[in-house]
Amino acid sequence: MTRSIRWLLVGLAVLLFGAASASAQESPAEPGTAAAAQAAGSAATSAAGPAAIVQKFGGKQSYDETEAVIIELAASGDEAVARALRALRDGDLYWRKGDEAVFIGKRQGDDIAIFDPMTGEPAGAVPRGEMEKVRIKNSIRNAVTTALGSLTLRADNPAQRMRAADTLFSEADPEMIASLGEAIAAEEDTAVRARMQEALASATLVSDLPASEKAEAAKILAARGDRESLSMLTRFAGSTDDPVAKKAAETAIVAIQSNIAFWNQMQNVWYGLSLGSVLLLAAIGLAITFGVMGVINMAHGEMVMIGAYTTYVVQEFIRTSAPGLFEFSLLIALPLAFLASGTVGLVMERFLIRFLYGRPLETLLATFGVSLILQQAVRTIFGPSNREVGNPDFMSGAFDLRLMSVNWNRLWIIVFAMVVFLALLAVLNKTPLGLQMRAVTQNRKMAAAMGIRTPWVDAMTFALGSGIAGIAGVALSQIDNVSPNLGQGYIIDSFMVVVFGGVGNLWGTLVGAMSLGIVNKFLEPYAGAVLGKIVVLVLIILFIQKRPRGLFAQKGRFVDA
Amino acid sequence: MILARFLGPRVWILVAVILAAAILVPLANLWLPADHPLHVPSYLVPLFGKYVCYALLALALDLVWGYCGILSLGHGAFFALGGYAMGMYLMRQIGSRGVYGNPELPDFMVFLNWQELPWYWTGFDQFWFAALMVMLVPGLLAFVFGYFAFRSRVTGVYLSIITQAMTYALLLAFFRNDMGFGGNNGLTDFKDILGFSIQADATRASLFAASCIALALSVLLVGWITRSKLGKLMVAVRDAESRTRFIGWRPEHVKLFAFTVSAVMAGIAGALYVPQVGIINPGEFAPVNSIEVVVWAAVGGRGTLVGPVIGALLVNYGKTVFTGVWPEGWLFILGGLFVFVTLILPRGIVGTIDHGWDAIRATRRARNAEKGEASDSEAAGDPRAVANPAE
Repeated sequence: MTRSIRWLLVGLAVLLFGAASASAQESPAEPGTAAAAQAAGSAATSAAGPAAIVQKFGGKQSYDETEAVIIELAASGDEAVARALRALRDGDLYWRKGDEAVFIGKRQGDDIAIFDPMTGEPAGAVPRGEMEKVRIKNSIRNAVTTALGSLTLRADNPAQRMRAADTLFSEADPEMIASLGEAIAAEEDTAVRARMQEALASATLVSDLPASEKAEAAKILAARGDRESLSMLTRFAGSTDDPVAKKAAETAIVAIQSNIAFWNQMQNVWYGLSLGSVLLLAAIGLAITFGVMGVINMAHGEMVMIGAYTTYVVQEFIRTSAPGLFEFSLLIALPLAFLASGTVGLVMERFLIRFLYGRPLETLLATFGVSLILQQAVRTIFGPSNREVGNPDFMSGAFDLRLMSVNWNRLWIIVFAMVVFLALLAVLNKTPLGLQMRAVTQNRKMAAAMGIRTPWVDAMTFALGSGIAGIAGVALSQIDNVSPNLGQGYIIDSFMVVVFGGVGNLWGTLVGAMSLGIVNKFLEPYAGAVLGKIVVLVLIILFIQKRPRGLFAQKGRFVDA
Repeated sequence: MILARFLGPRVWILVAVILAAAILVPLANLWLPADHPLHVPSYLVPLFGKYVCYALLALALDLVWGYCGILSLGHGAFFALGGYAMGMYLMRQIGSRGVYGNPELPDFMVFLNWQELPWYWTGFDQFWFAALMVMLVPGLLAFVFGYFAFRSRVTGVYLSIITQAMTYALLLAFFRNDMGFGGNNGLTDFKDILGFSIQADATRASLFAASCIALALSVLLVGWITRSKLGKLMVAVRDAESRTRFIGWRPEHVKLFAFTVSAVMAGIAGALYVPQVGIINPGEFAPVNSIEVVVWAAVGGRGTLVGPVIGALLVNYGKTVFTGVWPEGWLFILGGLFVFVTLILPRGIVGTIDHGWDAIRATRRARNAEKGEASDSEAAGDPRAVANPAE
C-alpha cells in the first residue's frame, strides 16, 4: 500500500520535470525506450552521444567494464559528462533496477533523491531498494580523476578549457590539483591559464598544502574579486589556524568586498542609465511638443502606445507572411511607427490643437480627451489584454561584464535613445525645418513677418514630436507590456523629465532623464521600487519649487502668461 | 429678498432643490410602499448619494479652477484622503466582527501579521476625531503643498502637472501594504456607522440626506466666499495675476486660501462617499479620476455655482446609463466630452446660457439706449463672475 503511494508521489514529482524524463519513469518495463527518452531529455543541453555513453554505467558490470566506459567518456571530449564522472568517483552514481537507467543519487533516509546525470536536474526520489550503486574501487577513482583532467582541461577548444577551469573553480576539489598543475604548464592561452590558476587557488585553499601556498592562493582569489571567491575565502578564514594564511585571507576578503561594492554601484549606474534611456525615449518627443511649442499633449503616452502596437502589427504580418524577416521586424517597424504616430499627431494638431494655442489648460483637457479616445480605440481593436511582441535574437539574452550583468535589449535601447537624441538635435540645428521651428519658438510674429508659414511649422513640429514618440514605442515594446495602458505609465514620468530638465532644451531633457533614472535606481535598494519612485516625485516637486523653470532654464525674458 | 439679491435666484433654487431631495428621496424610499409609482428603490439611494458627493467634489474644484484659475489635477487625492479617514473610522467600528475576529486590528493587519495598531490609527475609533481628520488631513496637505507651490509661483500647467504628480505619488504610496491602509484592497467590509448598520435602508437614506445638506451648505459657502471681497480677488488673480500682484495684493495668499478650503470640501465629499459605496481603495487616487472631475465642472460651466453641480450630475448619470448599455463606449463619450467642451462649449452649459442671456440683455440695453431710456437697474450688469476661458 505505502509503496504504491510512494510510486504515485514519485510519478507526480517526475511529471513536474519535463515530459522526457517522465516517460522514462512511467514505462519502466521498456528499458530501451526509457534510456532513449533519457538521452533525448539530456539532448537539450548536450549531444546525445555522451548521454548515451553515461547510460552504459547501468546494469551489473565488472570493474573493467566500468573503466572502459570511463575511457569512452573521456574520449568523447564533452565536459558535460564530468558531472556523472565526479558522481561516480564519489560513489553517488546509481542505476535503477527496473530499467538500468543511470542517475546521480543522494541518500535521503530510506529514499534516494535522484538527479539527471547530465543536467543535474532533480528527477524525484525512489526507495533505496529500487536503485543499485555503480561499484567502484581506488583504481576506478584514479581513472576518473585522470579522465576528468584530460577530458576537460585538455580539450582542443580554448572556450571549453575555459569553462572547465570555471567549473573546477566552483568545485574547489583538492584532488584536481595535480591535473590542474599539468594543465597550467601545458596551457598556451594566457586568459585560460589565469582561470586555471584561479581554479588551482580555490582547490589549494581546501587542500592540505602548506599555509604559505594557501596565502598565495588567497592573493590570486583577491585578484579575481567576485562573490564566489569571497565566500571561499570567508570559509577558509574561519577554518584555518595558521596566522599568516589567515591574515592573507582577511586582506583578500577586504579587497574583494570593496571590489564587489564598486561593481554593485556600477550595476546601479547601469540600471539607472537603462531606465534613464527609457525615460529619455518617452520624454524626447514631449520635449518638442511641450518644450518647444509649449503645447501640453496629454495624449503623448498614447503616441508611444501607437508605436508599440505598430510593432505588434508588423510582427504579426511578418509571422504570417514572411517569417524570415523577423530579425528585421524592428527596423521595419521604426519608419512605420514614426508615420503612424506622426499622422495621428498631425491630425490632432490640424483639427484640435491649433484652435487652442495660447490656452494651455484647455489644450491639456482636450488632449486628455483624445488620449482616452485613443486608448479605448486600441482596446476595442486589439483587445484589453497584453499583446505579444517578440525580441529578435540580437535583442535577447545578457552577458557579464566583470561582476555586472548587461542585458542586450537594455544596451540596444540605450544606444537607440542616444541615436534618436542626436538625430533630433541634428534636425533642430541643421535642417531648414529645425531653423524655422526655432524661429517660431523664439518669436512667432517676427518669424511670420520673415515669411515663415507658422501654422505649417506648428503642424510639422507637432507631427515630429508625435512621430518620435512612435519610434520610442517600438523600443519600449521590447521591454514593456504592449497594452492599451502602455502610454499612461510614461506620461507623468515624461512630464517630470521635461519639467525637471528645463522646458525648451533638449540637453536638459537628456540630463534630466539620465539623472532621474540613476537617482531612481540608487534609491530603490534602500527604499524599494515604489517608495523610491515616490521619493523621486517628491524630490522633483520640491525641485520645481526651487527652480520653477527646470535644471537648464531658457535664458531670456518671459512674459507671465 | 436681500439674500435673493445676494446670490441670485438661481442659486437659491438650486439649494432648495437639493434640500427638497434631501427630504423627499428618503421619504419616497422608506415610507412609500414598494409598488407605489413614486417609490425610490433602495439600490438607487446610495447611487444618488454618490452623485451628490461627486457634485460636491466638482463644486470644490470649481472654487479653485473656475474662480481662482488653478487647474488642479489632483483633487481626487483630497477626496480619497477624506474617504480614507472615514474608512479608518468605519474599519475600527467593525471591532471583532472581522473574519479573523481581532477586536483591535482590522483584518488586513492580522493578515499581514501586524501585532499592534500603527500610531496613526489611534483615535480613529472616535467619530469626532475621524470627522476632524476628514477635514484636517486634506486641508493640511493642500496647505503645505499650496504654500510651497504658490510661494515659488508655480502656475498654469506646471501646477496642474505637479498636482497630478502628487496624486500619482499618493496612488503609489497607498498601493503599498506597509503603509497600513490595506494596500491594493483598500478598506472595505464596513459594518456600521455611529452604531447604525451601514446596510440598513434608513442609514443609507440618512447618509444621502447628509450628503445633500453638505452640498447645499457648500453651495452657500462657495457663494458667500466668491461674492465677498476675497472672491473678487480670486477672480482678479485668475484673470490677471501679475496685475493683481503689482496693485499690491498677495496672489499666493488668495490662492492658498482657495486651495485649502477646496481641499477640505473635497475631503468631506470623500468622507460622505465612502460609507455609501462601502469601499475605499487606492484606485481613487488615480490621476484619471481627478481629471474626470475637471470635465464635470467644465461641462456644467466653471466659474458658476450651479454649473459644476449640474455637470457632475449629468455626466455621472450619463456614465451610469452608458456603462450599462455600451461599456466600451463610455471612454469614447468621455474623451469626446473633453474635446467638445473645450472646443465648442468652453463656458459649459450654464456659462453658455448666461452668456447668451447677457448678449440678449446687451442688445436690449443698446436698443433702450438708442431710445434714450437706459434703465439704471439693468446697467449695473451681472455681478456673477462668468468664466472667461480666453485667459
